[in-house]
Amino acid sequence: MSAAFIFEQLLNSLQLGVMLFVMAAGLTLVFGVMGLINLAHGSLYMVGAFFCAWVAGETGSFWVGLGAGLVAAAAAGAMVEMLVMRRLYDRDHLDQVLATFSLILIFNEGTRWVFGAQPLYLDIPSALATSVPLPGGGGYPLYRLVIIAFGIATAAGLYLLISRTRLGMQIRAGESDREMIGALGVDINTLYTLVFAIGAMLAGLAGALVGALQSVEVGMGEPVLILAFVVIVIGGIGSIKGALIGAILVGLVDTLGRAFLHKLFALALPPAEANGYGAALASMAIYLLMATVLAWRPKGLFPVNG
Amino acid sequence: MNKKLIALAVAASVSMPAMAQAENVKIGMITTLSGGGSSLGIDIRDGFALAVKQGGGKLGGQDIEVMIEDDARKPDKAKQIADKFIKRDKVDILTGIVWSNLALAVVPSAVKGGVFYISPNAGPSQLAGKLCNENYFNVAWQNDNLHEAMGEYVSSQGMKNAYILAPNYPAGKDSLAGFKRFYKGELAGETFTKLGQKDYAAELAAIREAKPDSIFFFLPGGMGIAFMKQYAQSGIEAPVFGPAFSFDQGILKAVGDAALGVKNSSQWNKDIDNAANKVFVADFQAEYGRLPSLYASQGYDAARLIASALKKAGGIGDAAAFRAALKVAEFESVRGAFKFGPNNHPIQDIYVREVVKEGDVLTNKIVGVGLKDHSDAYASQCAM
Repeated sequence: MSAAFIFEQLLNSLQLGVMLFVMAAGLTLVFGVMGLINLAHGSLYMVGAFFCAWVAGETGSFWVGLGAGLVAAAAAGAMVEMLVMRRLYDRDHLDQVLATFSLILIFNEGTRWVFGAQPLYLDIPSALATSVPLPGGGGYPLYRLVIIAFGIATAAGLYLLISRTRLGMQIRAGESDREMIGALGVDINTLYTLVFAIGAMLAGLAGALVGALQSVEVGMGEPVLILAFVVIVIGGIGSIKGALIGAILVGLVDTLGRAFLHKLFALALPPAEANGYGAALASMAIYLLMATVLAWRPKGLFPVNG
Repeated sequence: MNKKLIALAVAASVSMPAMAQAENVKIGMITTLSGGGSSLGIDIRDGFALAVKQGGGKLGGQDIEVMIEDDARKPDKAKQIADKFIKRDKVDILTGIVWSNLALAVVPSAVKGGVFYISPNAGPSQLAGKLCNENYFNVAWQNDNLHEAMGEYVSSQGMKNAYILAPNYPAGKDSLAGFKRFYKGELAGETFTKLGQKDYAAELAAIREAKPDSIFFFLPGGMGIAFMKQYAQSGIEAPVFGPAFSFDQGILKAVGDAALGVKNSSQWNKDIDNAANKVFVADFQAEYGRLPSLYASQGYDAARLIASALKKAGGIGDAAAFRAALKVAEFESVRGAFKFGPNNHPIQDIYVREVVKEGDVLTNKIVGVGLKDHSDAYASQCAM
């Protein structure tokens, strides 16, 4: 096992982590500000990927497609907020789960009607289809490095938005006392729509970037949604910082588990059994991580409001 | 709820209501029409419906009634639909299931109750071996078949150090076992991935490290699309081999040029030269405006098998005669020579195809035969 191999796996962990962060940030932002559990977040991820694939196919440019994916996801998010979510803020979480679960079904079947049942084609821009040499041999796909850059830029952008801008101030105020900022004359409805649209746009960004690497198909959002929930539960629901740390942790545990667990088992077991146990434990690893974190800190690593 | 009830043929029900309806052969199709994996079920349904349409709304000259419901890829839902079809609608024949775990939930109890089941896809080892039944017929393949043919072919190409991977679930394990049954070289590595996994960065790094001379993978649906795209960027040069599922017509467009040149195994392709296949490919394109997939060919053959047996036995009134007529399988399969083995699974040639471009369209052409007159490894466990 070479140093280059380990370094490459660390890069893979980071790439998975930042993508999960982009996905989870929107989820945790919406929960933090509005107290809303949104299971349809994965559907917005799918909307971003499908519009990106469609527009990229029509125009021949991935970047135009990416822009379209962002706009479409944000628009879908704003529409969902105005038509559905607005009626749910005063209801309990079970009602929200029920309503947003039905949105998953509606989005999935709607997407199938519009785009058909077969997966869409979306490839990475040809300029990025090369690999960058790594120290110690081997290469790393340039596109994955670009994804890491997007993720870091998103984290930095969110930090600046929340800590340095007027909107960020309102978001923070909304997290701590939503009646009071309403009383102070802030237009709560617009603020909520805006926050929801930002969260949706982030999901769309993740969907479009990852869609080019994976597959653009109906139902692609749900597995990612589960991972995003694991991330925000580990990080502390509502905390952006928690989402970042949680996402990197999940990325590390998942990737390193897949890369090294079976080798670890192979030290003590015959190869066939080691493969079986390694694969089984690797699929469980992030859930074990979540259980451990919750046993130690029941409200996650960075609990909001104490 | 998203229930769909489509009666494709209700011939003669107006003029002689009571009698004619009682004599209709009732066929219940349970398949995946919504959510992930729905393109497979849709192709099976469309292939089946095409054969019914060609028969003028009849199969084998008999009036039929086809009921279609969506299982959404959920075993419990498939079981509910089957119970409803059997108890309330009193169907004679069930068909349509795509996935092995759904087939295992539905088929054993249904066939024990005297209903016929014609499988257009799923062929889990259990149903070919210990759980085989005289009323269960598989018109596609036993699950291991295409992987076995690929094992044979990879060896015949002089590959001696293959890296193999599949998802960690029953069909994935069957797949690698099937490959290894016929592959004679060494293994550079063997990996079970998470079912539904879409990011293969960690696995690709491990493959590069292991330096194999070839790669065999079974990753159906979106998993395979994701793997091939990421493989193309990884810079690994070893040739890729797999069963048809990751390189079939419905999926190739999404994989793109990354799939060009890949060899894959299949019991059917659109360029197999026989009259039945020519009619099927032309009519399917005319009817639906797309090229037929492997799954469409299997749905079509399922309907034509039923038609041949209904014609030979003069309906389904005499179950023993209908069963015997199914068993002899006197229909022209679109794949050419076809017959049933002792466990009611096909004995057939498995071809090797290569992904090519015809104009702008990615598709497959046959480049060789993987295994001739191939049966399956479980027939000996079937006491029938």
